[in-house]
Amino acid sequence: MDFGLSEEQMALQDSINRYLDGQAGLEQLRRFVKDGDCRHVWDGLIELGVGSLLLPEADGGLGLAILDAALVAECLGAHVTPTPFIGSAVIAPLALRHVDPGLRSKFLSPLCDGTITAGVALSELAGARGQAEVTATDSKLSGQSLFVLDPRADIVLVATNTRALYLVEAGADGLQQLVHTTIDRTRSSGEIRLDNTPAQLISADPAVAENLLDIARVMLVADTLGAAQHMLNAAVAYAKERKQFNRVIGSFQAVKHMCAEMAAELEPCRAMMWYAAYALDELPHEARLTACHAKAHVAEAGTFVARTATEVHGGVGFTDLLGLHYWFKRIGFNRQALGAPELVREEAVKLQEAMA
Amino acid sequence: MDLSYGSVYETFRAEVRAFLQEHGHEAPTNQRDYRSEKALAWQEQLIKQGYTARTIPKKYGGFGAEPDILKTRIIADEFAAAKVTSGIGGQGIAMLVPTLLELGSEAQRCEIIPPTLRGELFWCQGYSEPDAGSDLASLRTNAYLDGDEWVINGSKIWTSSAHFADWMFCLVRTEPDAPKHDGISFLLFRMDTPGIDVRPLHDMTETRNFNEVFFTDVRVPAGQMVGERGQGWRVANTILGHERELLGDPNVALTRLNNLIQLMRTETIDGRRVIDMPVFRDRVMRIQGKVMAMRFNDLRLLSAKINQQSAPLARMIVKLQGTELRHELEKLAIDVMGEFGLAYGDNEYLRGDGLWQWNYMYYLGLIIGGGTSQIQKNIISERGLNMPKEPRVQAKAGNA
Repeated sequence: MDFGLSEEQMALQDSINRYLDGQAGLEQLRRFVKDGDCRHVWDGLIELGVGSLLLPEADGGLGLAILDAALVAECLGAHVTPTPFIGSAVIAPLALRHVDPGLRSKFLSPLCDGTITAGVALSELAGARGQAEVTATDSKLSGQSLFVLDPRADIVLVATNTRALYLVEAGADGLQQLVHTTIDRTRSSGEIRLDNTPAQLISADPAVAENLLDIARVMLVADTLGAAQHMLNAAVAYAKERKQFNRVIGSFQAVKHMCAEMAAELEPCRAMMWYAAYALDELPHEARLTACHAKAHVAEAGTFVARTATEVHGGVGFTDLLGLHYWFKRIGFNRQALGAPELVREEAVKLQEAMA
Repeated sequence: MDLSYGSVYETFRAEVRAFLQEHGHEAPTNQRDYRSEKALAWQEQLIKQGYTARTIPKKYGGFGAEPDILKTRIIADEFAAAKVTSGIGGQGIAMLVPTLLELGSEAQRCEIIPPTLRGELFWCQGYSEPDAGSDLASLRTNAYLDGDEWVINGSKIWTSSAHFADWMFCLVRTEPDAPKHDGISFLLFRMDTPGIDVRPLHDMTETRNFNEVFFTDVRVPAGQMVGERGQGWRVANTILGHERELLGDPNVALTRLNNLIQLMRTETIDGRRVIDMPVFRDRVMRIQGKVMAMRFNDLRLLSAKINQQSAPLARMIVKLQGTELRHELEKLAIDVMGEFGLAYGDNEYLRGDGLWQWNYMYYLGLIIGGGTSQIQKNIISERGLNMPKEPRVQAKAGNA
């Protein structure tokens, strides 16, 4: 029995963190926010092998598990790194396992070497807002999908109203790919509109799209875990430095207890993320429910940490000086994306009613 | 990462299950029955099987197995699943026996551990005092040496089981001039020693969970001290952390959660099941998510123990989070029942085992007891996050 990270997994996180410490610091982040180009960060991650994490070793990949991908997502969250990671390194490679070898090889190697990126249009599976809906007729898609992750990517994975999964390519007839501004400037999100757009069917089985939704959710969970841990660390460090009334504020119980409460909420989220990611590979009968609960619970804990850590910083936490708000907003984004807590908790009830 | 226990352990689990199937009916039905003949016979059987006192050496009346964390966990899980009591509990077996194994003299181990394991000696713990709660080390119950006897004066509070315990293990101040942590000793004595007065302390649950215990010139043989004079604080602390973990057990919370979900499926308002009402559904799912997180945290701690890794922060938060979670869970059950949730005592409308209100209050007691939530937060911030200690207020001369 071993429920902990292996040395290889810790080494993986170390190498990603080391790279991001050097290449994706706050200054680089501000530049990205200003001119929108973060290409070099993704290129660097591709060089570290991030693009082929989940690819079987037989296909030249690293053959790693979903948990390993989640550990990378945790590092990206900790650094609020702008990357097309979820679509390009996780969802698209896994989706392509369901298609014939010809189609697979067409997209897989350019994804792995970073030549192309992939977007994720699955949010309607969690609950369609407004008129958003995609329908399929004879492998042509029409309609609208909202809250797409990386909508301007070279390929986009799209779920339809029958929970079938399709792949559309940038430049296809009738396809519009629009980016919308959100509070989270470290992520690219928006919508796609389709009008009789030719698409490749990945799978008509709803279980395939739903499984990918679970996996994408767990990636967001890991991202929030990393971001929230960073905020907690920053709050503790700040409280040990900042002096008022001739004492560091971290010696006041009011401040210490805020930090203790953050740690108490966040620490079990680590085990929960591990388990949810592990279950997706190894415990299929628990995977859906665990992913739902992890999505909701870690969002709640993360939101609590985001506001409390900001509060520990006092006025400076509210300003742009430390850039703390990037983490606050990333956690806020992850909370809503692919199912807010109330929605996924309702899903959790329905899953159990179906099982009962 | 590998969550399977392996075939050796699954065989062991099957043995435990078979034993429970065959013999489970011989167990006392009341979990808190420590004194009946049935309870003592069950205890004897469990020791013989190695399902309790498992790792305690044979010469002290235990089963004498090598420590095996997974087997211990399997036994606990299977007994809980079968709803069969896993033997006599209480602070004697849980806390005093491990303390004696570590720090007791050979004579103390031989005389005390075997009858304690058999259930013939039941113990209570004399730690807290009216003026020594969170600041336990400031305790003032004192003992002075008179010939070869310690003479104890003072009082203890929150003493569970003192009204039926045979013996007490007790912290007393024996070195009044030493710094407060260095002036305490750890004494054992019979509860029928002259000069001991036990008075019930009724609490908000209307149950006699605690007592006050008063000592007037209580004379105790000098050989009944564990460890040296002035080392009592260290003796007590060898096992205090262990008690805290037990208070937040997420596996017990899971059982209560399942009862709660069952309650929500049967309870109706205007003919509609509570489980079908979105507000209640959301509340119970929130709690299910928290229970899940704490169970995975517990799994992480179990794994860390087996693989000799440390996860200090994951351990430190268990008492705080676990007791708050139970309190919240029992509260939801009361809200689910509404006015029926107020039923108590002999009310014919009590739902399930009728323990929802009792637990709701009892867990508020546990949020306060065993180191309050505020003390837990001090520990988490100071030891877990390395934040500075609160500056100490200097006691004025003559006012120590």
